[in-house]
Amino acid sequence: MKFFTWAEGPWAVLVKDLQSEFRTKYALNAVVMFAITTLAVVSYSVRAASPIPGQLSPLLWLILLFSAMSGLSRTFVHEEETRTANALRLAADPNTVFVGKLCFNALLLCLLDLVVVPLFLVLMGAKPGNASLFIAVIACGSMGLVSASTLVAAIVAKASVRGALFSVLSFPLLLPVLISAVQGTEVALRGAPWADGAAHVKVLVAFTGAMVAAGLLLFEHVWYDA
Amino acid sequence: MGDDMVTLELQGVAKAYGRRVLFRNVSLKLHAGRCLVVTGRNGAGKTTLLRIIAGLARPSRGEVCLSDERGPMDRARMRQSLGMVAPDLMLYDELTAAENLAFFARLRGLPADEGRQEKLLERVGLGGRGSDAVGTFSSGMKQRLRYAYALQHSPPILLLDEPTSNLDAAGEEMVTEVVAQQKAQGLLVIATNNAEEVRHGDEVLHLG
Repeated sequence: MKFFTWAEGPWAVLVKDLQSEFRTKYALNAVVMFAITTLAVVSYSVRAASPIPGQLSPLLWLILLFSAMSGLSRTFVHEEETRTANALRLAADPNTVFVGKLCFNALLLCLLDLVVVPLFLVLMGAKPGNASLFIAVIACGSMGLVSASTLVAAIVAKASVRGALFSVLSFPLLLPVLISAVQGTEVALRGAPWADGAAHVKVLVAFTGAMVAAGLLLFEHVWYDA
Repeated sequence: MGDDMVTLELQGVAKAYGRRVLFRNVSLKLHAGRCLVVTGRNGAGKTTLLRIIAGLARPSRGEVCLSDERGPMDRARMRQSLGMVAPDLMLYDELTAAENLAFFARLRGLPADEGRQEKLLERVGLGGRGSDAVGTFSSGMKQRLRYAYALQHSPPILLLDEPTSNLDAAGEEMVTEVVAQQKAQGLLVIATNNAEEVRHGDEVLHLG
């Protein structure tokens, strides 16, 4: 019962962000346009070479990474740019805001995955040999991206050079996610059994858990000046 | 949520940006039922002092203590006890006035029903405008909506920065009523240079 009472706050933040997003298309346009453009360029230039899973996997994650980077920082940046962040600070518990924004970014990336991954497989003529492992790696890798970049987005939102800072801070942090996600996706595309890819999924789940925990502990200090 | 015991205490509060000192050694104690007016030239630090009291900025030195009958407030209790109206405190342009109020009501754990939001909007002179997007509002209407946002949880501590900014004569009357009601249920800090608004003050702090 207590959880449901607590969850009302993050739910309110998530619903507010979805309402704002559907009306302004602030993040959605950037993410989807970047994804489609990159996908088109990659498929046009690489497909003729009949790439192997070891080449397809990093290409897929590069598209997902750069598309996500163009949108995931916006949930906090938009609050600072429109000067609504202080109204939020005065009314909401910091962890309520963090969890709400995390859920919004997770939904945004799910949407991106649903658009990019099937299109990528069709355009590149690839078929995952182990579909369940493939889905698990994509889902867990995406959550890894979301958990790390939501916290970094909150850190950089108040800075004047947000774009550059977001990339500089995010990429080293995201390296473990990317390595595991790329390797796990390659295993899944090759059609190897779950036992071969389970370690990558575990790393991605552990990374996401650690990042969410760090976010819950650190966010209050990031969110307030004082 | 009215509270006769609420107290605001500043102990040696100072704020500087690098070498530029805005103010130093500000100490005062304000009890419920009192109104403090902060005056001073532009750039003297009136807004900054209000932001420090609200917990939105850190003082370079000194301490701010908000307390009630349960003792000093932590951040969670401060959020429940404090309302603020300031020109740079923006609400969501892409949402309607009612959606904005319902959102903040949910965050504050208050009922978010339409009737309640409409009552609040009527109180600040925005009755019947709840379904309009805030982005279509004039500056004065946005200022009125800030009052609805700040008053929705009946906070015992109210901070007003340039309270009649962008408001018409009817809006100024509304502010006078808000000030009178707030004195009855808690304390009030106003940052202004407007002579009419200075008259609301039981105590005046001049910065700079």
